[in-house]
Amino acid sequence: MVQFLSALLPGISVGGQYALIALGYTMVYGILRLINFAHGDIFTVAGFIMFYAVTAMPVQLAIPLTIVLTVLLGFTVERLAYKPLRSAPRMSVMISAIGVSYLLQNLMWYITGGQPQQYPVIPWISDSISVFGVETKRVTVITPILTIVLILALVTLIKKTRIGMAMRAASRDFETARLMGIKINSVISMTFVIGSFLAAVGSFLFFSNYSTVSPTVGTMPGLKAFVAAVFGGIGSIPGAVVGGFIIGICENIIRGLGYSTFSDAFTFALLILVLCVKPTGLFGEKLEEKV
Amino acid sequence: MSENMLKIENATMQFGGVVAVDNLNLEINEGEIVALIGPNGAGKTTAFNVVTGVYQPTNGAVWFRGEKIVENHPQGKMKKLYKGQHAGEYTQVLAPTPDKITKLGMARTFQNIRLWKSQTVFDNVLIAKHCRVSHNVFSATFRLNRKEEAEQRADVERLLEVVGLTDVKDELATSLPYGKQRRLEIARALASEPRLLLLDEPAAGMNPQETDELTAFIGKIRDQFHLTVFLIEHHMDLVMDISDRIYVLDFGKLIAEGTPAEIQNNKRVIDAYLGVTEDA
Amino acid sequence: MDKKSNKTIFWGLVVIAAMAVLSLGAEGIADATGQTLLMTVLKKGTVYALLVVSMNLLNGFTGLFSLGQAGFMLIGAYTYAILTIPVAKRAGVYQYYDGGIVQFSIPEAFSGLLGDLVGGVIGMVVTLLICGLLAALFGWLIGLPVLRLKSDYLAIATLGFAEIIRTFIQYESFAPLTNGSNTLRQYPTFKHLYPYVIIVGICILCIVLLVNSTYGRAFKAVRDDEIAAEAMGINLAKHKMLSFVISSFFAGVGGGLLAMYMSSVQAKGFTVAMTYEILLMVVIGGIGSISGSIIASYLFIGCSEWWLRFLDDPGNNPGGIKLLAPGFRMVVFSTFIMIVVLFFRKGIMGEKEFPDLLRRRPKKSEKEAAGK
Repeated sequence: MVQFLSALLPGISVGGQYALIALGYTMVYGILRLINFAHGDIFTVAGFIMFYAVTAMPVQLAIPLTIVLTVLLGFTVERLAYKPLRSAPRMSVMISAIGVSYLLQNLMWYITGGQPQQYPVIPWISDSISVFGVETKRVTVITPILTIVLILALVTLIKKTRIGMAMRAASRDFETARLMGIKINSVISMTFVIGSFLAAVGSFLFFSNYSTVSPTVGTMPGLKAFVAAVFGGIGSIPGAVVGGFIIGICENIIRGLGYSTFSDAFTFALLILVLCVKPTGLFGEKLEEKV
Repeated sequence: MSENMLKIENATMQFGGVVAVDNLNLEINEGEIVALIGPNGAGKTTAFNVVTGVYQPTNGAVWFRGEKIVENHPQGKMKKLYKGQHAGEYTQVLAPTPDKITKLGMARTFQNIRLWKSQTVFDNVLIAKHCRVSHNVFSATFRLNRKEEAEQRADVERLLEVVGLTDVKDELATSLPYGKQRRLEIARALASEPRLLLLDEPAAGMNPQETDELTAFIGKIRDQFHLTVFLIEHHMDLVMDISDRIYVLDFGKLIAEGTPAEIQNNKRVIDAYLGVTEDA
Repeated sequence: MDKKSNKTIFWGLVVIAAMAVLSLGAEGIADATGQTLLMTVLKKGTVYALLVVSMNLLNGFTGLFSLGQAGFMLIGAYTYAILTIPVAKRAGVYQYYDGGIVQFSIPEAFSGLLGDLVGGVIGMVVTLLICGLLAALFGWLIGLPVLRLKSDYLAIATLGFAEIIRTFIQYESFAPLTNGSNTLRQYPTFKHLYPYVIIVGICILCIVLLVNSTYGRAFKAVRDDEIAAEAMGINLAKHKMLSFVISSFFAGVGGGLLAMYMSSVQAKGFTVAMTYEILLMVVIGGIGSISGSIIASYLFIGCSEWWLRFLDDPGNNPGGIKLLAPGFRMVVFSTFIMIVVLFFRKGIMGEKEFPDLLRRRPKKSEKEAAGK
């Protein structure tokens, strides 16, 4: 039982982190039909910003600063790399996203010299606690709770506010939303802002657990979060959350069983299986081209 | 009339709870020109899609030259949802992909022109010949198919001559004016060597003069290539001028069939259109 | 038409021969001037040219957005290394696994039959062929489930497969075959540039011939409009699979050549980032242009390995600014790539090929004879 719990707890925790990142993917995909390959790198940049910020200021200031800078980065990336390609074919935008990912990674490598850096210890959340006899960091317990709180806030935002309504309209039909007078560019920017905010929060939780930051460390969690989004049905918010938790838990159970080599491969195998059986994921909508 | 070319038998196409085509029965004999008309949203293009394999009918069958090529019956969720008739009469599932049906000798054009955009006029027609290629990828890559390729190119030249596009054959397909794009689509369909040609609103967007030319053109290719033609059209002049027989669909149901003269005087048809005789 | 196709093959072979001679010359110059980077760029660029062209066949000519390239390259690279390490050296390479379970070497087997030089080279070429065939086999297996998926889903599924392949190669239980996560090394390589040029040249010539054949035209039709292609009798499943398998084949051969160029391989290096790099080269060259792909791969490798080197040297910094440092080269380079992606979306060549540029607007009769 203790052994099972010790696999399940980090699973839920990692799952929450994936869910937070996955929301960034799924919201962007919902509106722009774009796989934002750079999202994982934005998440990594957040880790580095935090690393540098704590060297200059107390943690209480470093956290909001990290959030602000990450959001700014997400916003800028959208404005510079995706907005000019609004009318271009989807493949071009996706390639641009890959280009941004490449650029961010190289930039981080240049600034940090490529060395993995020790992530700062955030007091309180990094403390050790004991849950049902399992030793763990407090962040493990906080993550799922924080994730749920943030998601509820997000759902409220989307359901209750004007910008949320605009987002829903844009994801349903981009062109019509635009014709109906919705300021599509601010909706898109807002999506990136929210996505980057969630990625920044995810990075605090993830790196507190993972403890080192390197330029390419975000690629895998990024891809997995994306898989989580696809798994749940890309474009669907509950889908991303459910997907994130399922993948986080499965991965840690596999680790617990002693097959850690296969935890990544398993994630992708699961993805391919889902895509083959239900090409649009668990909660996804079916799209068909009209003849 | 001679051989039976196409027979749609009790075909029903239901999307979720919506019945787009309801128990359609229709026959076309060799050499005929048959039109399928009806108000917008009557299910004409859906019927085409069922015949050409783009959609699988929910229930019913399609026969081509005496051979059953498509058959289906409601399955899974559709079993409960199915609102059409003749449930339980069909038990087989026969669902060839569109390319297989094309290879049997049926070719179509599209309502919203679908040419290959980055290809020239010549290549658009030549690519349609690909389904008649007998060589495999190796012999084609290493140019062991010279004779076949040369024959196909000569065929394409002849076809372009017939449709009058020889002078623009090296232009990009999409740079052609609208009317010529429609002709090119027909030429492309002809290149796949069909016995039955399906035209989905070939005159859409054409002015009266172009429509007249098209009318003559369809008659000409029918004779020249020994075709049977099945067409959807809103231009009533063209339809009445050219068709041997007409079928009328309304809300997915067949409401009338007969010669142009019969259809023109049919009360139900007039009601269905309610004065909206031309809306293209 | 008849003459034209003969011509393509003839001129293709002439160009390959000329390139081989040129590469001998370049090698002489490099040796004389001590420019080792020139050889690095030419060798790596040549190998990448094949990798980029093979990815372009899939992404550019057939319109299948696949991100599995690194996986197929990995299969090629490992196949080559595993099958060619001399038997005597296996104990050293597979030191943790008692010399591994493969106890033969194809080039050595051929050397036994045909003598060291001829047999060795034939053995290496035969192994490269096996690399391609094995990658093609995997391509077929992977294609069965994933080719039904549409654009971005296909991309992520193929990317996933590449990662799965990498995991399995590093798996401990397969280590007697793959050496696990350790490097494979000491296999025979081509020392000179010209064998790379000849092999890559022949492979690319095959792809050029394919693309201009009736099957290549069908691929383009699938890319331009799937629904129309299917309605015109082109079997989508079959043609997508053909393109996928052929592209995998050449990615496998390219992977084998890459293994040769790198002289040691480790699965760790064949990440998604490698696929991204190749995709960016496809874009820079022009999606759907083979000559563009070739030019882009040399340019890309030249920039990243050579011409921008000075940016990495802190000694070059003017005044007290500490701008230049290791890694700056890649920042400048990736910024440059972003500019191409954003503002020169068609890449260097667009969809044109090199011969199109030489031709002055041809008369209609000529163009028809060229069949382009």
